[in-house]
Amino acid sequence: MQKKEILVLEELLGSNKKIAAEIRGALTERGILTINLLSSPGAGKTTLLERMAERLKPEFKMAVIEGDIETERDAERIRAKGIPAWQIITGGACHLEAKMLGKIIPQIPPDLDFLFIENVGNLVCPASYDLGEALRCVLLSTPEGDDKPKKYPKAFTTADCLILTKADLVPHLPFDIERATKEALDINPKLKTFVTSALKGIGMDAVADFFISSLLTLRKQDA
Amino acid sequence: MHELSIIANLFEILEEKAEEKKAKKITLVKLQVGALSGVVPEFLKTAFDIYKKDTIAAEAKLEIENIPLKIKCLKCGQEEVKEDFIFICEKCASRDLKTLAGTELLLEKVKLEI
Repeated sequence: MQKKEILVLEELLGSNKKIAAEIRGALTERGILTINLLSSPGAGKTTLLERMAERLKPEFKMAVIEGDIETERDAERIRAKGIPAWQIITGGACHLEAKMLGKIIPQIPPDLDFLFIENVGNLVCPASYDLGEALRCVLLSTPEGDDKPKKYPKAFTTADCLILTKADLVPHLPFDIERATKEALDINPKLKTFVTSALKGIGMDAVADFFISSLLTLRKQDA
Repeated sequence: MHELSIIANLFEILEEKAEEKKAKKITLVKLQVGALSGVVPEFLKTAFDIYKKDTIAAEAKLEIENIPLKIKCLKCGQEEVKEDFIFICEKCASRDLKTLAGTELLLEKVKLEI
């Protein structure tokens, strides 16, 4: 018997990263901006997508990949807006992985502008998985509390934008928008931040404009 | 709780390495886990112990090196370890920082019996 020590230095999520890079390459080449939405359950990801569907149409084409542990409910809500949607049912898994998108990517219409991926509602696990997105947006709803960015640093440090949702509830809650924004910027100074209320229509145009300008930047870089 | 899924990925790499070296068993697995890796080392250990049964690493010990978050200020050059994840330089208050370490989730080395 021989004993041996071998140096490996391999990333544990290397296989996910590789698939994500392939997805990113394929979608960027087609001029599609992919946006991964992360939040805890009930922060308003599906509602944000419904509002985006109303604002981006008819000029832009969007599609949605929905990740949930169970049910097609979210995909049905998106389809009701006339938007193509694919539902991934993870059957218990708390996050989406790049390989789960494998069958869907070839079905994406070639003339698409935006591909939204609504991750499983969870502010922890999805943060570790690159899905090949161009933009990662984290949503934080006011009832969750303004102390969340530092409690979930991975989600906030890996995001490109922070969308504070349900801002219309602030008068009824001990939620300080400034504190939440400052805390998020402390751990990620590059975050683009938005204060929104889907119910009152606050901030929705600013978010849509940000997505459109990001799409134009992506196409300019790729050209 | 995605630690079990990460351990499943680890075992894919371990089995590949063992086969490559024609190893009979794996006796030690060493990981590097960064403070900002998004995983809980304790849960990795539990998941490893559940997963290793009836594998080539059934008797293997898991060692985890915790890597703190280390940044470098691109303005003044200061390097510091951050315990609080606040990305502001303590010396010059710049936010223009580079992460040097702390996001790792790596299989560093394995010990095998051939």
